[in-house]
Amino acid sequence: MSMMDTLRELGKREEVFSFLQHAAPSPALDTRHGPILYVEGVTKSFDGFRALDDLTLYIDDGELRCLIGPNGAGKTTLMDVLTGKTRPDTGQAWFGQRLNLLELPEHVIAQSGIGRKFQKPTVFEQLTVFENLELAMHASRGLWTSLRWRLDGEQQDRIDEVLALISLTEQAHAPAGVLSHGQKQWLEIGSLLMQNPRLLLVDEPVAGMTGQESEKTAELLTSLAGKHSVVVVEHDMDFVRSIARTVSVLHQGSVLAEGSMDEIQSDARVREVYLGE
Amino acid sequence: MLMRQPFVMRLARLHSGFGWAVLLLLTALALVVVPLLNQFVTPDSALYIPDWLVTLTGRFLCLALVALALDLIWGYTGILSLGHGAFFALGGYVMGMHLTHNRMETGTIPNFIQFLGRDDWPWFWVPFQSFWFTAVMVFLVPGALALVFGFFAFRSRVRGVYFAIITQALTFASMLFFYRTETGFGGNTGLTDFRELLGFSVREADTRLVLFMLSAVAVMLSYLLCRYIVTSKLGRVLVAIRDAESRVRFTGYNPLRYKLFVWTVSAMLCGLAGALYVPQTGVINPGEMAPANSIEMAVWVALGGRGTLVGALVGAGTVNGLKTWITAAYPDLWLFVLGGLFIAVTLFLPKGLMGLRQQMAGRSKQ
Repeated sequence: MSMMDTLRELGKREEVFSFLQHAAPSPALDTRHGPILYVEGVTKSFDGFRALDDLTLYIDDGELRCLIGPNGAGKTTLMDVLTGKTRPDTGQAWFGQRLNLLELPEHVIAQSGIGRKFQKPTVFEQLTVFENLELAMHASRGLWTSLRWRLDGEQQDRIDEVLALISLTEQAHAPAGVLSHGQKQWLEIGSLLMQNPRLLLVDEPVAGMTGQESEKTAELLTSLAGKHSVVVVEHDMDFVRSIARTVSVLHQGSVLAEGSMDEIQSDARVREVYLGE
Repeated sequence: MLMRQPFVMRLARLHSGFGWAVLLLLTALALVVVPLLNQFVTPDSALYIPDWLVTLTGRFLCLALVALALDLIWGYTGILSLGHGAFFALGGYVMGMHLTHNRMETGTIPNFIQFLGRDDWPWFWVPFQSFWFTAVMVFLVPGALALVFGFFAFRSRVRGVYFAIITQALTFASMLFFYRTETGFGGNTGLTDFRELLGFSVREADTRLVLFMLSAVAVMLSYLLCRYIVTSKLGRVLVAIRDAESRVRFTGYNPLRYKLFVWTVSAMLCGLAGALYVPQTGVINPGEMAPANSIEMAVWVALGGRGTLVGALVGAGTVNGLKTWITAAYPDLWLFVLGGLFIAVTLFLPKGLMGLRQQMAGRSKQ
């Protein structure tokens, strides 16, 4: 709200000022109308190749959504657009009703509550597991805070809790670089949890994990839904089946079909481009 | 919430007990033992520390301070600067301008300004008459240049080799600027013939001894400052930027701010080093800004070991010690030795002298 609007608001004496009303957890995030993420008509071309083609997608607050689609369907590009890494040629992307994702830099998008797990696990290899989580912990990202930073008991407990959740308590003080591939995946998910984002974008969370590990991941992601909105990109169809409520199928940069796993599997077009192969 | 904790407690945790003991020992060595051996021992004694050695060590300390500053930005943040000579020389010029004021009698101006057809000090020379103004500018001039340069470079996400190359251009351009007589900084002769600082003759051995002690204090305090930075969460963000900058961004930190902060601090420390170096050397000229000088600084840090702070100090001491000996004994050989050293470090000591112990331990385990 601009300064002028606020002043005008103050002039109206018969109603409660609207700026006093919203009590969303993140003050700038407004999801009163349902969806937490609006993607409308987004197109992005790379050298003539349309990675995203007039893509429209809505994610509800608290929803767990799976994105599937063949290679080159635009899944990762979509994540890049949502996190500010890539700017689309046309279209709109809003986080809640107020935050225009296409205008904000990466770190502001992250601060406002979108967390991302990359396809290839990226952790800070020279830092310990504990330090990785500490760095991700939700707190002011300013220079001065970082310089004077010290964990209090509650924050310490929170890190221990996440360490236990991702089964890395024993490795807490080992450098993250020595972890196995699956453990790095877990650490990255743990870092995401520390950020306490409203929307988690999770790119191939079970790549390189054993069956048991992916089961546990599925459990974790399902338990997150409700409090957080989660978007999962995954190739592993068994995994998708185990967690999915709603699935969106991407094909050639736009949404081909959307619905429950059963509906998707019985969709003729989907079978043709993807499942049928 | 930040917990309120006494600052002293945080300082105490900068080092283990052993680390503090070594630090105090070195400080005592510089502030008590060296002065005693220099002043109260007869020159024919084996323990006597001659005046020239005091000054030489004082200058080495200044160069060690530069290495420390470079390690902060290169070792921890992963940004290789090959232009730190510019910040060092700027600090030196600031001090040199004050010393030039001090050597002129009231109402007279140096020859190199007269040759420009002027009979008074140019405006940018006037305020340097004040020591305190100079003392502030020692930090602000290099700091401001670093801030502006860094802002544009980091905002455009210039990184790695490209960044290193434009820092070379920065120091080269500064050198050309100061070489020109018209800019009013004494051209290629630079500023020299200094006489006094705060009323003390800079040519006296006693003043030199005090300057040596000041340099030691400056190195120690700067070391503690750097240590404070790298052991804080801010320091861990710097390491994170070095290892996976985009991940840092997606975690919500703005790398631009962090890089700019540490880059500017680093430049300011170089300014301080330059300001202490110049009265001990007696001259500052644009040669200090030569690209090769800045590259040599990187060699100091690489030899000592990046990302350790102590390594930077050790590296600067070792290379400069060698340089002093070799340029006197075999003047033609120095550049070959320097080049050889750089190759040897790259091939055999990727973690520098500080990594040597670790490397030995690794070998014996095999």
